[in-house]
This record gives sequence, C-alpha cells and structure tokens, in this order.
Amino acid sequence: MPIRTVMKANEAAAWAAKLAKPKVIAAFPITPSTLVPEKISEFVANGELDAEFIKVESEHSAISACVGASAAGVRTFTATASQGLALMHEVLFIAAGMRLPIVMAIGNRSLSAPINIWNDWQDSISERDTGWLQFYAENNQEALDLILIAYKVAEDERVLLPAMVGFDAFILTHTVEPVEIPDQELVDEFLGEYEPKHAYVDPKRPITQGTLAFPAHYMEARYTVWEANENARKVIDEAFAEFEKKFGRKYQKIEEYRTDDAEIIFVTMGSLAGTVKEYVDHLREKGIKVGAAKLTVYRPFPIEEVRALAKKAKVLALLEKNVTFSVGGALFQDFSRALINEKEKPIIIDYILGLGGRDVTFQNLDEALAIAQKALNGEEFEEVNWIGLRKEIL
Amino acid sequence: MVVRKPPITTREYWAPGHAACAGCGCATALKLATKAFSEAMEEKYGDPNAFAIAQATGCMEVVSAVFPYTAWKVPWVHVAFENAAAAASGIEAAWKKKGLKGKILAIGGDGGTADIGLQALSGMLERRHNVVYLMYDNEAYMNTGIQRSSSTPYGAWTTTSPPGKYSIGEDKPKKWVALIAAAHQIPYVATASIGNPFDFVRKMKKAAKVDGPAFVQVHCTCPTGWKSPLEKGVEIARLAIETGVWPLFEIENGDFHNIKIQSPGGGAKVKREGGKVVAIEFKKPIEEYLKLQGRFKHLFKQPEAIDQLREQIKAMWKVLGVEVTLPKPEE
Amino acid sequence: MAESPFKADIERVQKEYSEKMTPGAIAYIPGSSVINKTGSWRVFMPEFYRDKCVRCYLCYIYCPEPAIYLDEENYPVFDYDYCKGCGICANECPTDAIVMVRETK
Ligand SMILES: Cc1ncc(C[n+]2csc(CCOP(=O)(O)OP(=O)(O)O)c2C)c(N)n1
Ligand code: SF4
Ligand code: SF4
Ligand code: SF4
Ligand SMILES: [Mg+2]
Repeated sequence: MPIRTVMKANEAAAWAAKLAKPKVIAAFPITPSTLVPEKISEFVANGELDAEFIKVESEHSAISACVGASAAGVRTFTATASQGLALMHEVLFIAAGMRLPIVMAIGNRSLSAPINIWNDWQDSISERDTGWLQFYAENNQEALDLILIAYKVAEDERVLLPAMVGFDAFILTHTVEPVEIPDQELVDEFLGEYEPKHAYVDPKRPITQGTLAFPAHYMEARYTVWEANENARKVIDEAFAEFEKKFGRKYQKIEEYRTDDAEIIFVTMGSLAGTVKEYVDHLREKGIKVGAAKLTVYRPFPIEEVRALAKKAKVLALLEKNVTFSVGGALFQDFSRALINEKEKPIIIDYILGLGGRDVTFQNLDEALAIAQKALNGEEFEEVNWIGLRKEIL
Repeated sequence: MVVRKPPITTREYWAPGHAACAGCGCATALKLATKAFSEAMEEKYGDPNAFAIAQATGCMEVVSAVFPYTAWKVPWVHVAFENAAAAASGIEAAWKKKGLKGKILAIGGDGGTADIGLQALSGMLERRHNVVYLMYDNEAYMNTGIQRSSSTPYGAWTTTSPPGKYSIGEDKPKKWVALIAAAHQIPYVATASIGNPFDFVRKMKKAAKVDGPAFVQVHCTCPTGWKSPLEKGVEIARLAIETGVWPLFEIENGDFHNIKIQSPGGGAKVKREGGKVVAIEFKKPIEEYLKLQGRFKHLFKQPEAIDQLREQIKAMWKVLGVEVTLPKPEE
Repeated sequence: MAESPFKADIERVQKEYSEKMTPGAIAYIPGSSVINKTGSWRVFMPEFYRDKCVRCYLCYIYCPEPAIYLDEENYPVFDYDYCKGCGICANECPTDAIVMVRETK
C-alpha cells in the first residue's frame, strides 16, 4: 500500500532514490540539497537501502564516481545544486556522451556571484546543452515521481542518457507537503533491474569506454546523443502513461491550465506554476482571458507540444528564473526555435523574474500582464523584461 | 645452458598498434604494470584477469583508445583529466555491489596526479577504496606538448619553463606525490622506475595484493619531451636511480620512520643501521643522467644550477631519512 | 616459430572490424589496435643474432609496443609489423645479440 505522509522535496528525492534502489550513490553537500545525501546516509545506515554511498570530496568527484559506477553497469544516483552542479559541468557532457543513465536531483538554486543560496533555475538551465534529460517538479510529489520516471526513461535502450530532476530551492526543498510514497513492489515492476547491454566493466568481456574520436568519428558520436534525445520524446510519453496506469498520477510534458479561449498564456516551470495558476484563477474571475502552461520536461525540449500550445494563444508570456545575458531567458530561445517557421504564431514575450530567491508576487504578474496586454493591443512592447527589479537601488 | 622461465607472465593486456612515440617509456610501464597486476590477481584470486583500469586523460590515454580501436585487453574506462581516482572509486563500489572479486587500477600522468587530479586522488585514498593508483611520471604535460607540471624537476626545460635571460628553466623543486600519498597512512606507497623493471613489477604486485588503497609513482622516460635518444630510455631511467635523482622506496601505513629504501646500484655505497638505510654515497654524478637529455642541456652552461639541483636532491633524501653524498664530475 | 600472442586479436579485428558508431563510442574489440601496423614508422630495424642470445628476457621486458614475443624455446621473436625501431632492445641487450640497422624498404 502506498503511504500518505508529509515531507520536504529533499526527503521525497531521497525516498525516490531509495525506491529506485541504486547500487552506487555519490554525493556532496550543498545548500539547499544537503538533506538528500543526509537522508540517504540514514537509509544506508539503517539497512533500508543496500547501496554503496561514496562520500566524495567534491561534486566533481561525485559525478565522476557515478560515471565510473554507471560505466560498470549499475544504477546510480546523486544530488546537488548551484555551484555543485557548475563544478560538475565538464563531466555532465561526458556522462551523456558515454551514454550513462545516471539520475540526479537538483535543488534549483542561483549561481554566484554574488553568492546566494536561494531559488532560481540558472544552475540546471545552464546545463541544457550537456545532453542530459531535464525534468522540473512543481511540488514534492512531482519531485518523487519524476525521479522514478527519469530512471525509466534514462535507462530505456532507445535513450540511454542521464537525467536531472529539478525542484526549487527552499520553496520545495525545505517545505513540508503531503506526499504519497508509492509501493516498493510497484516501483520494482515499473523500473525493473538495470542490466545494460552497452556498458559494463567486466573482465570476461573487456571493453574500452571513454575513447578519443578523431574528426572522422566525433560528429557521429555526438549525433547519437541527438538521436537519443529525439527518441526520448516518445519514451517519455510511454513512461508517463505507464506511470499513470500504475500509480494514478498523470504527467504531461506540458501541462495546461485554463488555456481554452485564452488570449494570453503564461508559461513557466517548477513551483512558480502553482502561483501562476492561482493568478490565472484570479484574472479569470475578472473575466480576463488568460491561461497557464507548465513545462514538466525541458530537455528534450517539447517542440511539438509547444507548437500545439502556441495555436491556442495570441500571446505567450514566458516567466523564467534564469537569464542568458544579452539574449533573454533560455525558454525564449527555445520557444523561438519551436515557432519561428510556423505560419501563424503568437507574440512571445519574455520575463526574467524571481532570481536568487526574489518572491514572485501577484503585483509582479500584474506588471507582466500589462506588457502582454499592450502587445495584444498592437502597441509597442519590450521583448525581454526584468520583472520585480528594485529600480530605486540601481 | 639452463634457461630460466620468463620472469613475468606472457599474458598481454596492452596490445601493439597504439600510437605512443617510438621508445616511449610510459608504454613500457603500462605494459609491465598490467602484467604485474595479472600475476597478482592470479595469485590472490585465482583469476589473472580480475582487474579493470580507470585512466586519466594524457598521453597514454590518447595513444591507446582511439575509436574504434583500443590497445587494451582489460576493461578500461577513461572519464577526464582530473578524475581517474574518482572514477575508479565508482567502479570499485559497483564491483563490490556486483560481488566481483578483483582490484581496480587507476592510472594518471604526473599532471593528472600531482596537479589537477590531486584532490580526487586524496579523496580516493582517504576513503580507503580498494584501488591501486599508478602515477606514470614523465615529469611534464606531454600530451599537450611538454608543459611543466609540479613534478617537473628543477632546471628542466619545458615549453612553459624555457631557459632565458632571466630563467634557468623550471625553477621549483620537484613535488613528490608519493610522500603526499603516504601521509594518508594507506597500506602501501612506493616509487619505482622502468630503469629497474623487476623492482617495479614486484612493487606493483605488492600494491595489487594489499587490501585497500595503494599508490605507485613510476619514473618513465619520454624521449619526445626529454629530448633524449630513443634507444636510451631505459638507460636514462636507470641513471636517475644510480645517481640519486630518483629514489626507490616503499612506505607502509604511513610509517615515515621505517621507510624501506632500495639499493640504487651504480656502485653507490649504502650504509645501514639496524637494517635501515641511513646514508648513501653515490658514485655517479647527476651530470651523467642530465647530459643524455636535451631538456637539461642549458644547465651545463650554468654549473651553479646543477649544484642547486644537487642540494635539492639531498634535501629530498633527507626527508626519507637518508644522508647522501653526491659526487661532482671529475674534471 | 611460435605465433604472436596477438594472432587471435588480429584475426578477430580483421573479421569484426567496424567503424559503426556505438552508443558512447565504446570500442568493443579488445586489442583491436593491432590493425595499425606501426612497423611502418621504423627507420632503424633490430636484427637478431640468435647464437649470441642468452635469453635474459630484457628486450622482451622493455619493448614498449610490445613487438617482441617469445618462441617455444623462449628466444625473442621480433614482430616487424609493430616494431617502431626505437632501439631500446639493442641498447639493453647484454650480449649484443640485437643490432640496429638502417631499414631498407
Ligand atoms: C580539465 C582539463 N584541462 C586541461 C586539459 C588538457 N590536457 C590534456 S592532457 C594534459 C596533460 C597531461 O599531462 P600528464 O598528466 O602529465 O600526462 P602525459 O600527457 O604527460 O602522459 C592536459 C593539460 C584537459 N584535457 N582537461
Ligand atoms: S610524448 Fe612522451 S609520453 Fe607521450 S607518447 Fe611520446 S614518448 Fe610517450
Ligand atoms: S626496436 Fe624498440 S620497438 Fe622494436 S623491438 Fe626493439 S624495443 Fe621493440
Ligand atoms: S636482451 Fe639480448 S640476450 Fe637478452 S633475450 Fe634479448 S636478445 Fe637475448
Ligand atoms: Mg606527464
């Protein structure tokens, strides 16, 4: 029987790891994700999780040890955030290039400088080109579920890519919410054992992993990572469907909220989706035609789903907790890629907000709405807008 | 004539066709290291193949694993430059969980070990993984075209320590990673050299057989980076031992008071007290070692730099608890 | 004469060699580097004088390739497909049983 209880997203992530039964875990503490390795240490210490937990001396070694273990053919897990993820950067490409389905929980946090421990998505968004799959959770239940789904997708033979699951610093990592812990037996059925055919460290079958490729082979190697990302689109849908059947909770790459007849759709990710849905309710009461959409899957980028969403609105208002300097937010680029050659497309407006733990208030969203309404009325508007800036101290 | 058996297994784990320069001493080191490992695993577990390698980026990685080929006949994983020790930790943990018997061999160059990989090495040793770390020390970053590392010896030319009007070449004394490794109080640490392959093989076997981590630092010639004649690779390495430049020692469990010193040969007089080596009187001047290598050529115009090197070598031996006398060449 | 310890590898790579990209660019045929005949790099070539050889194995131990293996009587055999001609074997041979001569191709 599933257990209904309350816990923080960090605990939910540790529980997900426990349910997935990784054989090797390597992690290093960093706020706001520290509770994940702490909780896992407890599980291991109490014999509730039969895994080797390598208490590494850095995140670089955490991910490197996961690469070693995954190359040796076992399921692995790690967790980090912010500077820790940035320190892993080099090895993230390697994990994807070596086609190792490592799963990592991210407590989404800003990057230095200045140093700041609070929430935005700059850490994982900055890793979007590494080849890793990326999922973003709206609440603690999603954090748990998406980690299980991440394993399912990552280990699929058509994919074989590492995956990260992000959940917002403090807003989720440290906030207690109701969570249903699924049945171990069902999880075992859902995931099965990880028995890779492609990667192993076995003296009976000596193979060489991590080769050097000259220009004659490098592009093809990278193309297979592209292909795997493409394949992941379908595999994710299958995994979502199977998950729903087994556990009763439905996931979609893009989850829509009151988008029918909406003129403006606010698009976002993570816990901000909760606030935005409330805001949509609030506007709808006033008769304003708005809706919301949440990206649960960010890599592979759900291009077809974005196109379908775009057909529903006149303005897509992207609310992003990250910035690509001199360009805008990352979602802005991705949405542009999806829509640029569409015959009919909505106006896209980009909003950068909530960086480094700045609250996102209804007042901020009013500001965003006003710009979107200007655009809707054919007036001039800024494409990229920093929302909630304290202009008085600038 | 009585013919001895071959002194080492004829099983091969390092295949020809790799792209190391002709006369590469590091290639010899890896060939011997894997053979030694194989013997040790056979003796310990009854399975000569019960090992796997995690290797750092560097010359020996790029010459041996060019897709779709590999020179390796043992499971082998390369991840990056600075993390061979961490990757080895992960493989070892996976083997534990899979119930596989054997030992993991991590391999890194001096750059991948003394510099960029030192932290991962320290972590792996401190956590007591069942891994042997082999540092093949060719005393510079050869793969990127001969830049100095912290393991480059004093006075040596490299592309980033060129001698010039204000430079004698590398101006820092060599950093001895073996001593740092020993400070972790791990079961076994040794230095070795391809100039004494039997000693090297013995030490590799010992390292492979101990339970827990071990560290071996092996001196190997790089004719390309040392600007030395191809055929003299082994001779040069031997001269490093015989002149006192390269000490051969073993430290068990971090016991610095009982460092085992191997006899350098070359006519050196070794003085022992209570079984311990306390003094060595070398007979061959270090110049015999230096003069065979283009990287030290400029030093012969600055004899005071060679004297400075001699002082550093003495100081290093002192750390090992040995008073040495180093002769100057006869006029 | 004994056969090369790499004979099976050479045969396997000839049969199974494929440039096909694998997931992770993994090289699946151990010892497949034997397909590269590095003997073409050679300028000087080791000539072996069996009568002088005392079977001390030093050449066998030192060869970096390795391009020396042992025959049934434990005499060294030089594999010119791979010998790069470095001359270490000749330099280390205690009895001058190996002599480096300029390669004539
Ligand atoms: C993070 C990182 N920095 C730099 C490099 C470039 N690099 C590759 S190998 C190497 C030097 C290797 O030196 P060493 O470890 O001594 O091995 P060698 O090539 O001498 O055998 C360098 C600087 C790299 N691959 N990765
Ligand atoms: S540069 Fe030196 S270490 Fe590298 S392959 Fe050539 S000889 Fe060996
Ligand atoms: S010349 Fe060099 S490569 Fe050729 S057999 Fe002798 S040692 Fe080996
Ligand atoms: S080194 Fe010389 S004597 Fe020794 S085995 Fe080789 S050829 Fe024979
Ligand atoms: Mg080096």
